[in-house]
Order: sequence, then C-alpha cells, then structure tokens
Amino acid sequence: MDTVVKKKLKVATTSLAGCFGCHMSFLDIDERLFDLLELIAFDRTPLTDIKELGECDIGIIEGGLCNAENVHVLREFRRQCKLLIAIGACAINGGLPAQRNQLSLALILEEVYHTSVGLANGLIPNDPELPLPLAKVRPLHEVVRIDYFIPGCPPSADAIWKALNDILAGHAPALGHGLIHYD
Amino acid sequence: MSASFTIDGKAVPFAEGQTIIQAALAAGVYIPHLCHHPEFKPHGSCKLCTVRISGRQSASCTTLAQAGMAVESDTPALNDERRTLTQMLFVEGNHFCPSCEKSGNCKLQATAYDLGMMTAHFDHFFPSRPVDASHPDVLLDFNRCILCSLCVRASRDVDGKNAFALSGRGIKTHLIVNAKSGRLADTDVTLQDKAVRVCPVGVFLRKDRGFNVPIGRRVFDLKPVSAYVDATAALAKE
Repeated sequence: MDTVVKKKLKVATTSLAGCFGCHMSFLDIDERLFDLLELIAFDRTPLTDIKELGECDIGIIEGGLCNAENVHVLREFRRQCKLLIAIGACAINGGLPAQRNQLSLALILEEVYHTSVGLANGLIPNDPELPLPLAKVRPLHEVVRIDYFIPGCPPSADAIWKALNDILAGHAPALGHGLIHYD
Repeated sequence: MSASFTIDGKAVPFAEGQTIIQAALAAGVYIPHLCHHPEFKPHGSCKLCTVRISGRQSASCTTLAQAGMAVESDTPALNDERRTLTQMLFVEGNHFCPSCEKSGNCKLQATAYDLGMMTAHFDHFFPSRPVDASHPDVLLDFNRCILCSLCVRASRDVDGKNAFALSGRGIKTHLIVNAKSGRLADTDVTLQDKAVRVCPVGVFLRKDRGFNVPIGRRVFDLKPVSAYVDATAALAKE
C-alpha cells in the first residue's frame, strides 16, 4: 500500500531594513526547529542561502522598507507567497530605521557623508548599483497586503513559535500576555 | 441597599453622582481607558471606555450611573472598536516602543496588548514633533502624546500652574507649553508636579533616572492592564 507523504509547506524568509535580530530570535526556537522542519521546507532564506525565490506557501519578512530594492523584494515575496507574515517592529511600523522619517533625506546624507566630524572630502555614494533610498521608511503593510503580524523587537522565540503554530494550524496568531510585546 | 446597575450581567453598586467607569473600577470591573484618571474630572476624549447602554454607545467616563441600567462592555464588537481607536492613536504619533523609557509602564502599550493589537493597521503619519529638552529635570517628548489632557488637568487643577494646554483643532490638535517661548524651561514646572507624573504614555520623562526597573519587570510585564482594573496606583509607585 502506498504511504501518504504529507507535502511540506514551503517557507521563504528575508530581512529588508532590519537587523537580522528577528531571524536570530527565530533560530532561538532551538530544537523546536526539528519539529518545524517536519512540517516545512525552506526556500529562499538567509538560513539556506538560496537566492532565488520560488513559489511558496509562507513568506516571513523582517524589516521595513528603506530603499527601492526593499520594495522590489517585498513585491516579489507577495507575488510568490500565498501568505505573508510581517515579523518584528521594523516590518510592522518602520522601527528604528523609521526614526529618520522626521529628517529630510538630503540632510541625512549631508550629515553622514559630508559634515560629520572626521570626514574629509566625503562623497555621497552614487554607484548605479546601489538601490535608491526612499524619502521615508515605511512598514510593509503600507505597500502590499500582509496577512499576519508578529510584533516585538524582536518577538521572543516563544512568541514566534506560538504564532507559527497558530498559522500552521490555519488560524490567525494570538499572543497572550507575556508573549505580545512591541519592545 | 445601595442602588446598582449591571455591566455584562454583573451587578455593580454605585453612589449618586458616580460615572459608570468610577463605579465599575471601584467594583473591580475593568473597562479599557486612557484619558480617565480617578483623581480628575472626566475629559471624554479617548473614547476607549465606550460601552453600550440599552443599544446606545456612550463614553462610560462621562455617563452617570443609573439604577437598573444594563451596560455591555467586554463584547467582541466593542473591543474591536477599541482596538481600532488604539491603532489610530499609534499611527497618529510616533510610538516606537523599543526606544521608549516608558515601555512596560505605558498604558497605551498595555491597552493595545490587552486588546490583542498585532499591528497598527493604518498608514503611519510619521508626524514631525520635536522634543523639548530645555528643562533641567524633565524631557518632553511630544511624539508619544495621545491628547488625553491629563497633564493639562493636573497642572491646572492640582499644581495650580496651568502650564499646559491642547492647542489647534481636529487632527491638528497638539499639546503646548504655556510659556511665551513655548519651552518647558520657561515655566515653573518642577519634578514634584502632578502634571509631570500623570502621563499615561511616555511624554514626560525624568532626566535624572532611566531604566531603574529593567524591561521585563515593569508594571505591565507583571500583569496585563485589565488585571490591575485601575493601574493608576501601580504606575504611581514607579
């Protein structure tokens, strides 16, 4: 008799304008990763170093949008993934990078590359390969539809584990007291 | 026997002249709230304490309790609306909890946790609101202001200094300092003022003290805001 092989869900992850802290926190689920790998297989993610994004069931995105490349990658994820999860403060409200939103981009570039102490003849990088910065850092849901959110800076491993279990069980993640955090 | 009404079916006694939220909190029944404070006259601006009375919605901080009224509060529909109001507060200001000293002691954050707010949902305004660091002891960070007017009421009614006001209308409403220069340093506000200690969010910060209690051991890390019923006393000890 044929054994039924349960198809694993394909999961991709990426970090946009983030610090990889959410990915580190994800790895903090430790040995529970083995349980998770019974249910999922990784596609593009910094964990596998796969660069090309294929069709996926779930995309998990850390970090907000600070440049044109971030927007490009986000749209690619939305195209290829059935479910998109925004993880962490930056993906959800812009986070630390969005602290620059009250200053003009020109002023920031001027300060960082020209007028800061210790800079002599600094040049603002303008190589055509560099993605152009956005005027304001934006959270993900302001550009594409996001299905689920896991807040925290970073969310704890337990919060990520709970949220992923909820989502894999087919319902919206609910984090109770102690797991839901914005800091 | 004293007069009573019900909240979600539970009998709540009240004294003549008490508002619904006053009677509720005294009876240990939590109703979400931000601009309400037991020591001050109601302001009725945050609308988080909105309840349903005989099919009509009304702010429980400005509605007097009446014998026999049937109040609904902890219902999915009302909590959905409260969550939406909270989301609007988050996008209208700049609320970056990871870099805020009040994180864990913040009523806005704790209320959002309790309502299960996973995202602010709306587009962020990212308003430009420069901080006022002019005062030697107190930092004013307007980015977090939710216009509850508690500092305005405290300074006027308790401190007798009338150092703050809400200025402008509608979406342009903002907190101002009552000084010709507009700077806190040019008022007679001191660290001992009630106005400095009553903020439910992180607008007023003491300059000489930071992270005295580590994140993780703060008021709302220990218990959710609803478990305190009225968190004012717990926060006052911080």
